[in-house]
Amino acid sequence: MLNYSLKRLASAVPTLLILITVAFFLIRIAPGGPFDSEKALPPEIEANLEAKYQLDDPLVVQYVRYLGDILMFDFGPSFHYRDWTVNELIAQGAPVSFTLGAIALVLAMLFGTTIGVWAALKQNTVADYATMSIAMIGISVPNFVMAPLLVLAFAIGLGWLPAGGWDGSVSRMVLPSIALALPMIAYIARITRGSMIEVLHSDFIRTARAKGLPEREVLVRHALKPALLPVISYLGPAAAAILTGSVVIERIFTIPGIGSHFVQGALNRDYTLVMGVVIFYGVLIIVLNYLVDLVYAWLDPRIRYDN
Amino acid sequence: MTAESTTPPREPDAFEQAMDRRPVKGRSLWVDAWHRLKRNKAALAGAGLLVVIVVMVTIGPMLNPWDHEIPDWDHYSTPPSLETGHLMGTDALGRDLFERVMVGGRISLLVGLVATLVSLFIGVLYGATAGYLGGRVDNWMMRAVDAIYALPFMFFVILLMVVFGRNIFLIFVAIGAVNWLDMARIVRGQTLSLKNKAFIEAARASGATERQVIVRHIIPNLLGVVAVYVSLTIPQVILVESFLSFLGLGVQEPLTSWGALVNEGAQELETAPWSLLFPAAFLAATLFAFNFLGDGLRDALDPRDR
Amino acid sequence: MALLEVRDLTVTFDTPDGVVHAVNGLSFDLEPGQTLGIVGESGSGKTQTALAMMGLLAENGRASGSVRFRGQELLGLSTSEQTRIRGSKISMIFQDPVSALNPYMSIGEQLIEVLTHHRNLKRGPARARAIEMLRQVRISDPERRMRQYPHQLSGGMCQRIMIAMGLLCQPDLLIADEPTTALDVTVQSQINLLMGELSEKSSTAIVLITHDLGVVAGLCDKVLVMYAGEVMEMADVEPLFADPAHPYSQGLLESVPRLDREDSGILRAIPGNPPDLVSLPTGCPFRARCDYAFDACTEHPKLEPFDDDRWKRCFLESRPMPKSSEENA
Repeated sequence: MLNYSLKRLASAVPTLLILITVAFFLIRIAPGGPFDSEKALPPEIEANLEAKYQLDDPLVVQYVRYLGDILMFDFGPSFHYRDWTVNELIAQGAPVSFTLGAIALVLAMLFGTTIGVWAALKQNTVADYATMSIAMIGISVPNFVMAPLLVLAFAIGLGWLPAGGWDGSVSRMVLPSIALALPMIAYIARITRGSMIEVLHSDFIRTARAKGLPEREVLVRHALKPALLPVISYLGPAAAAILTGSVVIERIFTIPGIGSHFVQGALNRDYTLVMGVVIFYGVLIIVLNYLVDLVYAWLDPRIRYDN
Repeated sequence: MTAESTTPPREPDAFEQAMDRRPVKGRSLWVDAWHRLKRNKAALAGAGLLVVIVVMVTIGPMLNPWDHEIPDWDHYSTPPSLETGHLMGTDALGRDLFERVMVGGRISLLVGLVATLVSLFIGVLYGATAGYLGGRVDNWMMRAVDAIYALPFMFFVILLMVVFGRNIFLIFVAIGAVNWLDMARIVRGQTLSLKNKAFIEAARASGATERQVIVRHIIPNLLGVVAVYVSLTIPQVILVESFLSFLGLGVQEPLTSWGALVNEGAQELETAPWSLLFPAAFLAATLFAFNFLGDGLRDALDPRDR
Repeated sequence: MALLEVRDLTVTFDTPDGVVHAVNGLSFDLEPGQTLGIVGESGSGKTQTALAMMGLLAENGRASGSVRFRGQELLGLSTSEQTRIRGSKISMIFQDPVSALNPYMSIGEQLIEVLTHHRNLKRGPARARAIEMLRQVRISDPERRMRQYPHQLSGGMCQRIMIAMGLLCQPDLLIADEPTTALDVTVQSQINLLMGELSEKSSTAIVLITHDLGVVAGLCDKVLVMYAGEVMEMADVEPLFADPAHPYSQGLLESVPRLDREDSGILRAIPGNPPDLVSLPTGCPFRARCDYAFDACTEHPKLEPFDDDRWKRCFLESRPMPKSSEENA
């Protein structure tokens, strides 16, 4: 197990390095500097600015320094919001984004797996087909389409919930977290159904039945764990999808999270901010993937006791 | 023990041989797949819906009198109506929504197709090379894929858009270039397993050159998975493009796409809900149709399900 | 009273290609403690017969006819009644022992749950009984094995564990579906030895499904030869091996090497393939592959008794002459 976790860690590090390196050089080869977006600055001021942001050093020096900064989680100053560092912007948005993301992820897991297991048990019945068709719609309607539709129905039409904003109250969390979770629920339901059906047809489930265990026990003791393993390994990509989705959801519901900074940064060509968010999220996803893999390995004795 | 000398070698005994000869129907993979696909009503409905959508966006603008850029000065934000001639109404600038949804659809579908071809090209080349060469090269090539795989795609695409400016060709390349990883994995796995199949060995043993093996055996057998994958990648790519356009980072005015239209519609939600509903419906229906078709193709072509 | 009375058992499967007739009117009896071998090619319906008796057919499968176990009808039992019998009075072990064990549970958990469920034992005594059972099937260091997982054990070891699991509740009947097919040859003979030993020591009756006639000769009291879901011949082991009455039985015997006969030098495959189970031919199902087929075979033969408690489904009055001796003569 220790062996496995080290091996897995060894493969996460190069991913991180690729991420940072690509991001760094992309910015550097970008046409035009960060300061020529507005009116042209006098050369001496530009030089001053470049010196201030240490853009006048050789590329390799900048790269190494950048690596060091990233390791210390220092993303530097924002190019657009001159008084803010990227760290401050991220720290300000993170609690909001994480609350939203965590709620969505929990909703997705809870409903996705339940619906999936249920559909698997009803395999090839009308209920199963209906559920899976709805799930397919859920996957096909992107959350930036679903979100305004939800607003139209529940905020503008019925007036039950606020259409946007964020003050930490539950009523303002409902629509955005549902919009964020819906496609994920559909996706997890499909994964769960598929793996549950596969497991239920496997030899060891036949053995469990041949042992005379009641169907409920066959399901709970023997089938559930292997059926949910694919969902566990989907958690990494799911987290990535939630982070991606939060970018549009935060924009639609005017929620002051990292996502809205990111979009604004992208539109303003705020290089350091965009890159800071990309790397921050990248690291987050890589770390999450690593943790998920460890949990998976721990749950699967074939990896846990692999020599 | 006298019998031993006259007893032929034990393996495989005649009984086992007889058992191996189970009746096999002489249907080819493709005929078989076609029969399975025909039974899948959802997939057929998806295909039908796609044909309708493609025909609509192709000839719709030709039959429609309005232009997607030029406003109708008499009608701002009017609901769908036969009287005004704006079948889907107009937007806040007085532009005909039907025309815009059709023109936007052309862009969305085109992006889906072209970016998928880009990812197909890179993915097949990369995956087939890794799978065919095998060994250490394969190991390193796939490690690189794994490493890139863990990156947050969408953020990277956005980063690319920010750095290189927003133009449509960059969208093709950016989306295609990040989407090839799945293809590479699938093709590599398939190539690897094909390479060791008996019929490839047989072809080689009977003196076929490497080129012949690849052209006659490996490529035809890869076509199935590739077809499935393409039908599942196109909706993904359309989704990515509309996501970018929704954020204002994708297709720029005067061009438009479904994602951009959804964005515009979402901003006029209270005054002109139809400007959200029509592009949203077209986008969702297209993705829905592709997903069902792709699912059906996978079920039809995936030999594991037999 | 016979332990098991199977009458006119029929198993069909609904598939997209049509209805598959896997078992067609199978009847046989099994006495307590007896060992019955069911032999036949793949697809002859052996496994489906066993699964139908256990109530474990796939969802698209349907069984009709009658299977009486100690007088109790098994077909059509409710699920809860079935679960009371399975694993306790009737056990089954499968072809591929490694995949038949749950890879996510330790061997101990998988054994113990049988006893806690059927015998209401506490974990402690259940554990002790499981370890004792593992010893009986000659597993070394059973305490350690209890903590291990299936992937850490060899195929032979896993099959021993499956056998131990099947015998935990001292069932009246053990169904073994090709228990050695997936194992190495040397391990096969060890498992067969174990099975023989157990069938002699315990009062458990065994249905042994196999295509290995050598195993049948060594282990079984009675043999049932199946073809296309029907009994072709049924008899005690000695008379059937000495003097097969059905051309198919004869073909099977000729297709394995034997050391106990002068004329065993030539091995013979049965030509042709088993019939399509979706559209079964009229008449004798073996007709197309039979060297002795004649006009009468276009009718479907009945399973009829002859000699002393022997049954065959064939119109031939006399014994089929062994082909090899003809040529040797």
